[in-house]
Amino acid sequence: MQTTFSLGTIDWAIILIYFIFVLGIGWALKRYMKDSTAFLEAGRSLPAWVTGLAFISANLGAIEMIGMAASGAKYGMMTVHFWIGAIPAMIFLAIFMMPFYYGSKARSVPEYLKLRFDEKTRGFNAFAFAIMTVFSSGISMYALALLAQVIMPLQIDWNFMGVHIGEFDFYLMVSAVIVLVYMVLGGLTSAIYNEVLQFFLIVIGFAPLVFIGLKDIGGWEGLKANLPENMIHSWKFAGSADANPLGVEWFGVIMGLGFVLSFGYWCTNFLVVQRAMAAGSMSAARKTPLIGAIPKMFLPALVVIPGMIALALSNIGELDIPLKAGTNVQDFDKVIPVLLMRYMPMGVLGLGITALMASFMSGMAGNVSAFNTVFTYDIYQSYIRPKQSDKHYLKVGKWTTVVGVLASIMTAYVARSFNNVMDFLQLIFAFVNAPLFAAFLLGMFWKRTTGHAAFWGLIGGTISAVIHHGFSLPAGGSAGIKGGFFGLIHTYPSEMAQNFWTAIYAFSTALILTFVITLLTKKLKTDTELKGLVYSLTPRIRDDSKYWYQKPGVLAVVVGAVAIVLSIIFW
Amino acid sequence: MGLDIKIPIGLMFSIFGLILTILGLVTAGDNAMYEQSLGYNINLISGVVMLVFGGFMLFTSSLFKKKKKEEEE
Repeated sequence: MQTTFSLGTIDWAIILIYFIFVLGIGWALKRYMKDSTAFLEAGRSLPAWVTGLAFISANLGAIEMIGMAASGAKYGMMTVHFWIGAIPAMIFLAIFMMPFYYGSKARSVPEYLKLRFDEKTRGFNAFAFAIMTVFSSGISMYALALLAQVIMPLQIDWNFMGVHIGEFDFYLMVSAVIVLVYMVLGGLTSAIYNEVLQFFLIVIGFAPLVFIGLKDIGGWEGLKANLPENMIHSWKFAGSADANPLGVEWFGVIMGLGFVLSFGYWCTNFLVVQRAMAAGSMSAARKTPLIGAIPKMFLPALVVIPGMIALALSNIGELDIPLKAGTNVQDFDKVIPVLLMRYMPMGVLGLGITALMASFMSGMAGNVSAFNTVFTYDIYQSYIRPKQSDKHYLKVGKWTTVVGVLASIMTAYVARSFNNVMDFLQLIFAFVNAPLFAAFLLGMFWKRTTGHAAFWGLIGGTISAVIHHGFSLPAGGSAGIKGGFFGLIHTYPSEMAQNFWTAIYAFSTALILTFVITLLTKKLKTDTELKGLVYSLTPRIRDDSKYWYQKPGVLAVVVGAVAIVLSIIFW
Repeated sequence: MGLDIKIPIGLMFSIFGLILTILGLVTAGDNAMYEQSLGYNINLISGVVMLVFGGFMLFTSSLFKKKKKEEEE
């Protein structure tokens, strides 16, 4: 089947116009970048709807977009658990955690850890996070270059000082340069503004695809008729692991994904929390995750349903999903480009491609912006050169952008040459991240929690994740990256089930360890020092919203109610 | 930040909307082109939607709120 796109002039024009706007936003923001706060924290001045949409867009990079559509084809409606699990986490972040993040004046999540616990806990988190963001940005870059290679088949065969440059290299460099330019010009604000732009592009660019695709398959009823029944319900078949395509039973879903992974991601990952911290007021900061939660609930319609449509069409022999190179397995990562190609004529095709590229580019930029802040404040200012002028740190922030982009280019090549390396790294990050929420939970709500306890809880939780992974395997997996490297004690029905349980073990170990070590160690921070960092020592904030319906609490109840209604409809 | 994000969003979608609306009008009746989108003139539909959205963004942006801005200053 045809595997390359033919883009028309209009499609190219749309892509080009998008690039002009992206760079233009950076250029227009340049004159506001006068100090490090403006550059690395967006001056803490943005309105809630902007930070809210950026909050959700930061989570719509290459891995998520491709991954969600692919999961739609693999697991069907159960994929929306990723969303459903995220909603309570966002409500929790908004209502309970944001007052500490925003109110403490910490400039980053690691800095909060330093204020609440101690230097070593901050250092551990800062280094792990910095490496993680560079790799995520590299993966987005790699995905973008791959996509560009497929859809814009230019013939490039250059020799530059003895180095061969092909299409992949060319697109990688072009995207890197564009991101670099707008990030150096406009800093975090540039990243956030482009995320907002990306959000609207994804909604408007993918809506025609879903509309035509659903028409073709015969609407929701047609989709249901052509898919196995367990793929169109989100909860009905969650009772036992054998009956649903995820291979996880409800306890694993709720505890592993819903609680540990979702809360761990949305409440402690600086990439998303940074968006809320850039808001102009406490009220706006608390509303950020809640405003983000609203589109989050409806995005499955745009991203997961195309995956399901593709599978349904292929079930009735109407669509060929390309196979993975050298195998008989359908490559679900390609469903979005394949559907775009099938349904979109010139014009909207360019729009759809632009939406995908926007998602990949802001996936890169989002990670680079978070990397910048953590590197400049938590690594450079803390360990390399403290006590310099603000001008100095502004300069360092700008150079860090260059370093971050260069490092991402390197990881993009690593991703290209060793697919396993990326799996391996993602696994390590999962090990490091799962226990983090335990430290925050205890730290924020129990003033006795000590720095030593938090640090060793994190280390212990990470180690227990490694041990659990090392002794278990998903069904059909062989020892190695998939687990089982220490021996085999338990086999899980699917990789996802194994991941959920790894997270549950890591979290529980960190929670118990932190609790026990806290009781054994001396509390070093006084109550005065912990004011504004711990729930019981922080005065309740009074929200300054003008109208009752603008209050975060009211918004939280509405968001929660809609999430419940949606779960029931798609039960 | 000094730049109102609604201005670039509004401008970009207005331009996209204009391009697709014109394209949709020019290619209206081109059955071969719209066969793949099941006969819908999807360019015209998307174009009009983007024009409305882009216009709304521009209209609610600070460009049209000069008065309020001056008062604040």
